Amino acid sequence: MLSRTASNLYWLSRYVERAECLARILDATYRLSALPQGYGSQTNEWDSAIATAGCVISFKEKYEEANERTVTEYLAFSPDNPSSIRNCLEIARTNARSVRTALTGEMWDAINSAWHELHRYDPKRITREEFTRFLNFVTETSVRFDGTSFRTMLRNDAYWFSRLGFLVERADATARILDVKYHVLLPREAQVGGPLDYFQWTSILRSVSARTSYHWVYRDSVKPWLVADLLILNRQMPRSLASCYENINRYLDDLAQFYGRQGQAQRLARSITNKLENGKMEDIFQSGLHEFITQFLIDNNRVGNAIGDQYLI
Amino acid sequence: MHQSNKPLIPYARCTSHGLSRLLRQSELAVMIVTGRPEFPLSSSNPAFFDEMRASDGSIRPAYRQLAHWLDTVPKDVLDYRRKEAEFIFRRIGITFAVYGDAASTERLIPFDIIPRILNRGEWQKLSRGLEQRVKALNMYLSDAYNKREILRAGIVPEELIYGNPVFRPEMNGQRVPHDIYVMIAGIDVVRVDPENFYVLEDNARVPSGVSYMLENREIMLRLFPELFIEHPVAPVDNYADELLATLKSVAPSNSSGDPTVCIMTPGIYNSAYYEHSFLADKLGCELVEGRDMFVKGDMLYMRTTEGPKRVDVIYRRVDDDFIDPLAFRPDSMLGVPGLMSVYQAGNVTLANAVGTGIADDKAVYSYMPDIIKFYLGEEPILKNVETWRCREPDQLKYVLDNIEKLVVKEVHGSGGYGMLIGPAADKKTIEAFAAKVKAAPEGFIAQPTLALSTCPTFVEEGIAPRHVDLRPFVLTGRDRTRIVPGGLTRVALSKGSLVVNSSQGGGTKDTWVLDR
Repeated sequence: MLSRTASNLYWLSRYVERAECLARILDATYRLSALPQGYGSQTNEWDSAIATAGCVISFKEKYEEANERTVTEYLAFSPDNPSSIRNCLEIARTNARSVRTALTGEMWDAINSAWHELHRYDPKRITREEFTRFLNFVTETSVRFDGTSFRTMLRNDAYWFSRLGFLVERADATARILDVKYHVLLPREAQVGGPLDYFQWTSILRSVSARTSYHWVYRDSVKPWLVADLLILNRQMPRSLASCYENINRYLDDLAQFYGRQGQAQRLARSITNKLENGKMEDIFQSGLHEFITQFLIDNNRVGNAIGDQYLI
Repeated sequence: MHQSNKPLIPYARCTSHGLSRLLRQSELAVMIVTGRPEFPLSSSNPAFFDEMRASDGSIRPAYRQLAHWLDTVPKDVLDYRRKEAEFIFRRIGITFAVYGDAASTERLIPFDIIPRILNRGEWQKLSRGLEQRVKALNMYLSDAYNKREILRAGIVPEELIYGNPVFRPEMNGQRVPHDIYVMIAGIDVVRVDPENFYVLEDNARVPSGVSYMLENREIMLRLFPELFIEHPVAPVDNYADELLATLKSVAPSNSSGDPTVCIMTPGIYNSAYYEHSFLADKLGCELVEGRDMFVKGDMLYMRTTEGPKRVDVIYRRVDDDFIDPLAFRPDSMLGVPGLMSVYQAGNVTLANAVGTGIADDKAVYSYMPDIIKFYLGEEPILKNVETWRCREPDQLKYVLDNIEKLVVKEVHGSGGYGMLIGPAADKKTIEAFAAKVKAAPEGFIAQPTLALSTCPTFVEEGIAPRHVDLRPFVLTGRDRTRIVPGGLTRVALSKGSLVVNSSQGGGTKDTWVLDR
């Protein structure tokens, strides 16, 4: 397979997944900001959303203040934000066009129709109600794209590269949410179970669509350390770091076997997977949740680069 | 204490899509002209030749069932199916780019749901003529770059070869694998009467449009299955297999038993990108861009996830100028540095060969009948449209005297640029153009305004005759010539007009060759 084809497949999935993650973050932020004063946190939720998307600096260059209007515009539609939802879907389609021959008709259809649909939303005139529909549309696009690739692609290198892009992006997204919100998940005697942070915890769960899953897994009321456990170590939870790496490892092994050789990407992924499989929440809290997450973001980035060096150029 | 709102690592970014808008390649933009019915080619007939209806109103045999069907089918059914066709086309993304049109960079070419029909006899004649013409084109190219017997025989003037800006000195004395230059040709033909096909233009560089031939048929099979039961329509969907067989047959002799064939595209911003990806898909081969390949030790390789892989045959949809910045335009980002040296070493086959432009420009066109006679000793089966060469003083005089009746074209123009349609132009335009011709007569040719045939077409006002042309595709391999029965029919959708150019409102039709 052409390296460029593999690269396009990998990034195509990354951008689709990124669009969905942003949509979920925006949705959770809306919910949180709609709470009456005193229920939410003291921090500005719109600032958090911008921080999670990793674009504080470029945002500040353009806007004075983070609020519903500016953040929605910047994260969802702005042509100036290279990772706005709109740009993600544009780039995804550009990538898809470049690798049409490696996509199934259904996958192309999912991306191409989404692209046509995207142009129906006018960011200048969008109402709140329409915006909710827009977020739904983005999530559905991602689900449809993912579903069509799962159901229609041959299980060969093309599929594995597409999966890898999706998983590396997903791990990145979960870690970003944790990185911005880790402080509300720290076990602090005084506030445990306090009403103030409850909505923050549920908001985190909402941003990774795990509210229901949480209850099925723990059969308990929402506790911050369990939220952290669910998102970091729980392999049943498809957005957890552990689950992402279990699968990254698996697809990298498939590639190594298919091509008859392995390299840096496989080695790095294996070491991260081991760390997550053998990790315990107590130890992570002990040595610092924040340090753990920061390190994970760096490691995950390294795996992405290693995949790039090994296969995509 | 940690801060919660610190800027994180910015998102990782994909860098491979950032290609700037690519250079213009005006494919699929050949203009066909019909003027006022001046009718210089068959003056006995006062009206246009309609392919369905004879001048006495009777229906020609090939169209009998279709005419009956058109009479009985309700208009809203046609309307509905047309919309359905458009929906399908948009969905699968068969679009073409219009250069310089920022608002809608991807457009659909309108598709007319009424097929154009040729009977077996007509096709056989056409197909023999195409084979003859392409054979002569190949012999001409081989001769022009090697022995030049045609010059010694005084058939064509020297400057037609040497003075041609698309003559490639790099190809002088250069053998190409199996002596085939034009593996894929698109010959534009028109009809003006029931007996004759006229060649309007030869396309021996990178002719496009074949994806429309194939997709139009797919759509018709989907929308009107009942018509295919009544009509024995020869299939076209073996085109991809024929193309692959042709390309493999011309692999360099030192390549492996199963040569690696690629399609080379300028990239997704090229107007014919859809076709490039479509063909790669049908052939099951890689769609490469220049940056996917590199040269090492006189061999060409592509970068794959498993490391370098040798490339034996490139069906390149990139113009000569852009294939190798070391040999041609140094500013080209589309090519592969060193590709020409691999080509000259005989380690890769380019289809079509480099330098084929000297065989298909409008100046050499007027010599084609003589070229065919010279190499094959045969009379041309397909006619040439009468052409006046402004380079010759007496012909120039005729052109200037009759300019308001003629179509005057730049020898190297394409896509309808740099041409004058005498009968449709105002006095001022004509005068300005005449001045240009006088200043540099060797750059122009002139032709009569052709009365192109018409076919029934579904338009706003209902079913009405519209002017058409046809581009069949001729594949030349080491073993044999392959022509799939059909081609791309283009139709001028507005009444009385003029142009079938896709960027000016022209549409396409499915072309049926009946097996009877």
